[in-house]
Amino acid sequence: MKILVCISNVPDTTSKINFKENNTQFDTTGVQFVMNPNDEFGLTRAMWFKEKQGASLSVVTVGDASVEPTLRKALAIGADQGYRIDALPTDGFAVAKELAALVKEEGFDLVIAGRESIDYNGGMVPGILASLLDYNYVTNCISLEIDGEQATAIREIDGGKETLTTALPLVIGGQKGLVEESDLRIPNMRGIMMARQKQLHIRAAIGTESLTQDSSYSKPDPKGEVTMVDAQDLDHLISLLHNQAKVL
Amino acid sequence: MSVLIYTETEQGKFKKNAGELASYGVALAKNMGVHSVAIAFHPEDAQALSAYGVDKVLRVSHAELASFNAKAYASAISQAAKSEAASVVVVSSSADAKYLSPLVAATLQASYAPNVVALPESTTPFVVKRTAFSNKGFAHTTLSAAIKMIGVANNAYGVHENSGSTTVTDFEPSMEASQFSTKTTSVDKVAGKATIADADIVVSAGRGLKGPENWGMIEELASVLGAATACSKPVSDLGWRPHGEHVGQTGKPVATNLYIAIGISGAIQHLAGVSASKVKVVINTDPEAPFFKAADYGIVGDAFEVVPKLIEKLKAFKAANA
Ligand SMILES: Cc1cc2nc3c(=O)[nH]c(=O)nc-3n(C[C@H](O)[C@H](O)[C@H](O)COP(=O)(O)OP(=O)(O)OC[C@H]3O[C@@H](n4cnc5c(N)ncnc54)[C@H](O)[C@@H]3O)c2cc1C
Ligand SMILES: Nc1ncnc2c1ncn2[C@@H]1O[C@H](COP(=O)(O)O)[C@@H](O)[C@H]1O
Repeated sequence: MKILVCISNVPDTTSKINFKENNTQFDTTGVQFVMNPNDEFGLTRAMWFKEKQGASLSVVTVGDASVEPTLRKALAIGADQGYRIDALPTDGFAVAKELAALVKEEGFDLVIAGRESIDYNGGMVPGILASLLDYNYVTNCISLEIDGEQATAIREIDGGKETLTTALPLVIGGQKGLVEESDLRIPNMRGIMMARQKQLHIRAAIGTESLTQDSSYSKPDPKGEVTMVDAQDLDHLISLLHNQAKVL
Repeated sequence: MSVLIYTETEQGKFKKNAGELASYGVALAKNMGVHSVAIAFHPEDAQALSAYGVDKVLRVSHAELASFNAKAYASAISQAAKSEAASVVVVSSSADAKYLSPLVAATLQASYAPNVVALPESTTPFVVKRTAFSNKGFAHTTLSAAIKMIGVANNAYGVHENSGSTTVTDFEPSMEASQFSTKTTSVDKVAGKATIADADIVVSAGRGLKGPENWGMIEELASVLGAATACSKPVSDLGWRPHGEHVGQTGKPVATNLYIAIGISGAIQHLAGVSASKVKVVINTDPEAPFFKAADYGIVGDAFEVVPKLIEKLKAFKAANA
């Protein structure tokens, strides 16, 4: 099995979000970039397939040189090799097209991406990629087992979960649950040393038009004052929720 | 030209979000001066969409499409978009809709924007406002392809009744075996229970509850309110509650009318995922808890005292207002 884990490089979850250039660009000043949390779960699951089922494991990010520390981290965790496709990720369509070209050329049969990136929250790269490749596809994946060509996945649905059977070649959108939080891999010293020997291939982009453009950004309106209610006066709370907020 | 609306059904019944989606699609079609067309799989009562003014309903009765299959449904919706010359396809933000929409977008070469919170800001150029950065900001996104696809954020537009006459026609998409290469073998879902995605009220609790044995009162409060239950991330990581209840930036998003947070500190990652809720009530022993800054109503108090009392008061309120 040849696995490709797609990793997006996103602002750390504690980041304050600001915009610049007249609100047309995300201001990265002071923002630390990390591996997209959903992809961390996918990478750890992929390590399991590597160690238990002898899979080969590559990782890829579409981005400029600034994403390399995140790819190096993935190599230190245990991926065999990395690819950086040298293009700015302009939209989900363009990213998926770049990834599809790599998958076709290298013949990966299991592509593990995340359910969504926590920055632009597109949730579209894995699905578009599956469609472009005509691979099977499951997202919101909280469990994945592979037996030969057969795959069993569990996906979260609204109010529950469902089990699906499918087959390789396959693209999944993973998330928390794919492995337990406590099992997430972090790089150790040996891994970091070994990562230095590993290949990080820089690929030229095929170049493709994006179908969406963020013309500008804005921030939510500032929040009004909180109304504090005495814990001894819950009737008052109920009356506020009923008469003022009109939600009861 | 038309606006195609994917109105979801479950066992023949329209899901709760179908009304909101139909309302959005109809308003958009009116703005653009085109027809509104809904597609529904195995609806028992397709005419029900006349309440929102949908011009036409495509009823799909293909036996193999009785229950959700992302690839097959995506193919049917793409075929409908072509046969109705749809310039916009509107879908919800349900787990199923988010699963199939990239497949439809890829097939139609459509520009797709998820989490859209309002009608387009303009239609030439076609610009929509959507949440980004986990609700910490909005992107105003231009959709430049010939076909546009909009994922409407849950509970953002609301239901607007607007009754009119609706024609129902049968639509028979062509299906191949390869559309069914991924099959659902079992579904694990509590029937009839409100879900985080569609409940009007969500009751959520955090590590302040001390242990899983204390969730009885949370369940009871939720049941009095007809609410769904949710929790903070550490609570699900500790195994106190199922993963499916974890809400926040890395869990499920919540965009409900009323969100009640009990014993949750209000970390930035938690707030990001729940801030789209319209009214937030926070119950916490610590007056300095950051969640109070993001709340509409706050109570400084011990959950173990406040919640049981609140349950009694609400029961009395419900009985008086029944
Ligand atoms: C990458 C990343 C992603 C994350 N994603 C998420 C996410 O999606 N969702 C999420 O929730 N968190 C997320 N977190 C975790 C987040 O940072 C916080 O750690 C978490 O939200 C805290 O949960 P809590 O409020 O339940 O617990 P705590 O922070 O421990 O807060 C407990 C609160 O309960 C109060 N309390 C104690 N006793 C009582 C009582 N008897 N009655 C009333 N109140 C009481 C305390 O005053 C305190 O405010 C993420 C963290 C990281 C690093
Ligand atoms: N620039 C990128 N490079 C590699 N993978 C990406 C990139 N952007 C998104 N992905 C993958 O697609 C998933 C969903 O991202 P998105 O569609 O942007 O929400 C992410 O979790 C990644 O696995």
